Formats: sequence, C-alpha cells, structure tokens
Amino acid sequence: MRSRRVILLFVSIAGLLIGWQLLVTFGDFPRFILPSPGDVLNRFLETVGDGSLFRHLATTLKEVFWGLALGVSFASILGYLIAKSRWIERLLSPYIVASQSVPLVAIAPLLVIWFGPGMLSKILIAALIVFFPVLVNIVVGVRAVPEDLHALMRSLGATRWQTLRLLEMPAALPVFFGGLRVGATLAVIGAVVGEFVGADSGLGFLINVGRGLYDTALVFVAVFVLISMALILYGIVVGLEARLLAWQRRSEE
Amino acid sequence: MNSSKTEPILNIQNLSAVFTDGNGELRALDELSFSVQRQEFLCVIGPSGCGKSTLLRILGGLLRPTQGSVTFSGEPLVGPRRGVGFVFQNSNLMPWRSVFENIALPLEVQNTVMSQVRPQVQELVELVGLQGFENWLPRDLSGGMAQRVAIARALVHDPDVLLLDEPFGALDALTREKMGDELLRIAVHASGGRTRRKTIIMVTHAIAEAIFLADRVIVLSPRPGKIRMDVPIELPRPREERLRYTPEFGKLAQRLREAIG
Repeated sequence: MRSRRVILLFVSIAGLLIGWQLLVTFGDFPRFILPSPGDVLNRFLETVGDGSLFRHLATTLKEVFWGLALGVSFASILGYLIAKSRWIERLLSPYIVASQSVPLVAIAPLLVIWFGPGMLSKILIAALIVFFPVLVNIVVGVRAVPEDLHALMRSLGATRWQTLRLLEMPAALPVFFGGLRVGATLAVIGAVVGEFVGADSGLGFLINVGRGLYDTALVFVAVFVLISMALILYGIVVGLEARLLAWQRRSEE
Repeated sequence: MNSSKTEPILNIQNLSAVFTDGNGELRALDELSFSVQRQEFLCVIGPSGCGKSTLLRILGGLLRPTQGSVTFSGEPLVGPRRGVGFVFQNSNLMPWRSVFENIALPLEVQNTVMSQVRPQVQELVELVGLQGFENWLPRDLSGGMAQRVAIARALVHDPDVLLLDEPFGALDALTREKMGDELLRIAVHASGGRTRRKTIIMVTHAIAEAIFLADRVIVLSPRPGKIRMDVPIELPRPREERLRYTPEFGKLAQRLREAIG
C-alpha cells in the first residue's frame, strides 16, 4: 500500500516535469517567461554551490520557526485563559475578532517600518497570522473536556496544575494539533509576505530579486524550495501528531 | 475510642439542594437527614431525576448543598476528600491513558513515587481480573471491562468510602449481575489482597440490584427528593445468586417498588 503510494507520487511528479518540458519545447516561450526544468535545476545547483540558497533558506526557516513558536505560545496561553474564564473572554474577544478582520498583508508594511527590515518584523507577521487559528482551536479543545473528567479530578483533590497537566493538556492535544497544522502552513505565508514588503535576506527576498532581474529560473528555485519547506514542516507536525496521539489514531482504523 | 465504632462515618442533616437557572429555582433535594455507618453498604434508589446523583456529588464534596450539613468522620465536609473513591455513570476513563495508567491516576495525583505505584496498581488489576489488559486503551475495552477499570481506579488509593453513581447502568443485565458480585467480592467481602471492607454508597434505579448488594436501602421520592423509606436488608452475607429467587427477596422488592410509586 505504502510503496504504491510512493510510486504514484513519482509518476505524478515525472508527469508534471515532462509536461513542463513539452510546454517549453513546443511553446517557444522566451526563457525569462518560462525556463525549462533543466534551467531551473542548473540555477538550483548554482545557488546551492555558492551557498546563497542555503543562507536565504536559513533566514526564512528561522523566521517561520520563531514566528510559529511565538504565535503558538501566545495563542495557547491566551486560549486557555479565554476557555477558563468568561470574564477574560468578554474582555478580549472584541479585540481578537477585530484583529482578524484586518488583512495582515495590509499591516505588514507597518510592522516592517516599526521593527525594521530584519528578521524580527517577519517573525511578528508569521506569529500574528498563526495566532488566530491556534487560539480558536485551543479554546474549543479546552472547553470540550468532559465535565465528568473534571469532576473526577476534583474528587481526587487535584491541584489546578495537575488538572492542566493530566487532563486538559492531553484532552486538548488533538485539537491543538489541528491548529498547529494550519499554523505551520500559515507561518510560511506570513514570513514570505514580510520578506516581500522589505527584507535583505530570505526566500521571499530571493523571489523579489529574481523578479527584478527577470531571472525567472531563480524565482522557480525559490518557490520550489518554499513549497518543499512548507511540506516538510507540515510533515513534521503530522509525524509528531501521529506519535503523540497514537491513542486516537487507532480509533480511525 | 470505643465511640468511634458506633459513630457514623457520614452524617447528613436537613440537606437541601436548589439549583437556579434562568427559569427560576429547581429543588433537587428536600431536607434529607440520615447517617451512614462505617462499612455499611447503602443503596439509594428512586425514579429518574429525583436528585440521587446530586446527593452523591454532595457526599463526594463535588457540590455544595444549598442548606443543611454533611459531616464526614465527625468533621464538616467542605470539599473533595482523599479518603473517597468515586465511580461515575459511564466509566469516565481518560481515552489517552492505558488501563494501567487510568488505574494509577489517583496515585499520580497524590504524588506517590512512581516506583511504589506499580505493585499497588498491579494488585488492583488482578483484583478486577484485568491481567494481560494493562496496556490496552479504553476504546478497545467492553463496557464491563471499562467499568472494572473505573472500580479499580476508585479503589487504588485505598479509600474508606466508595461512592458509586449508577455504575452498572450502561451494562447489559447479565454483565450487570456479574459486576455486582465482583463489587461485593472486592469491596465488601474483601477476600482478595490488602483491600479492606469499605463504606459504600451506591445510587441505582434497579431494585433487585439494590437489595442484592446493600445492607440498607433508602428510597427517594420524585423531585424534590425526600426520603420515602429507609429499610435494612437483613439477608445473609456472603450474598449468593440463589438469594435472588427467595420469598424474602421478592417481598423486599415489592415493598421497595411500592415505595417508589
């Protein structure tokens, strides 16, 4: 079953590459409109060779990682507080909902002005974009803990911390991972949007440079690396989920 | 010290519970007074919605009564106590914990050193007959097995008092009778291991189950719950299956049935 899936994946990728090559061969486009797969591969090897690709990748990866970490941490803490206290919910929810109606792309320039063209502004943009879906999931997850399990913990005289560690955290974990999966993809978008607005390094910056120079092959390289990065990140989250939530996965089989 | 033998472990005085919501007041329990002796097995029966579960939650310290007082071993009951084990209507297990880990939960909450936990948990696993299932997850267990885990979990920290809220309500009739026997074997006859005879308060709506298990049955009226009848069950222990088909058993069942109305 697994090997068949791998084979099908390869067939699909090979089909795409062949189709692309045919389009280039028979379409007679100028290279700066549509480079061939070979051109892109050459450009890829060049940027790997001079180390520049790796440097830009490292920048974006750091931004995504810290943005994700920051967004998820804040969303988790705030989500927990909102789920546990109607009072905090009423106090904060208008701002949280309002912040979601602001398109982040529109305030990205503001963050770059305030926090400079370095990594910090991108980390903040990524964190902001991750924040909401994770927050919503945490609130839903913590609220969905069965009342009887809470009663059980109370009957055992559990402290607040024990209830959090032994009941609420494991119970909310599946929903938390749902948010994290969405968040991991969104963090990449956030970082790249920030880099588009103003940066001196990163894959989004590389795309901008390639566009300016009509170095379309370079744009392709950066896009492919971004896609791979997002996929790998998603894969890590899914893998972590499968490990930590083995008790749940069995129920699906 | 002689008085401690006769002093009730639980003393309930003029207990009332009133819930308020948007539509007004709902009186669940009305002026209940009774006491429970050490090592007594008390069943509380009554129609659905008569406040049986509310009563049990108050005795477990999970709910505060609106009026009246509860004393536990001579002290006023103000919250959950460590010497109490609670069994809920559904097994109420944590789905991410194995059988072993679910049973170990009360010890973990009490911060018992993990190396000391193992023999204690293993003893309970054997007592409820779940050897070989230690690493199973709740979702793979039958209803009866899950409820055995719940009983083992309620007993693992060796409480004095066991509170059971319709523990076998979700089981089929045959499993239900079998679980009743098991409960007597473990917590009343205390035939296995280190377990002692417990004080047990069990809520049920099954008359035969109450008679078969209990030393005494209290019948509650429909809401608001008042005590309609308080009868001792003077059947010999250990209770055996054939007891269910004796005339005394039938007479008791009839009396209780009539009291429920």
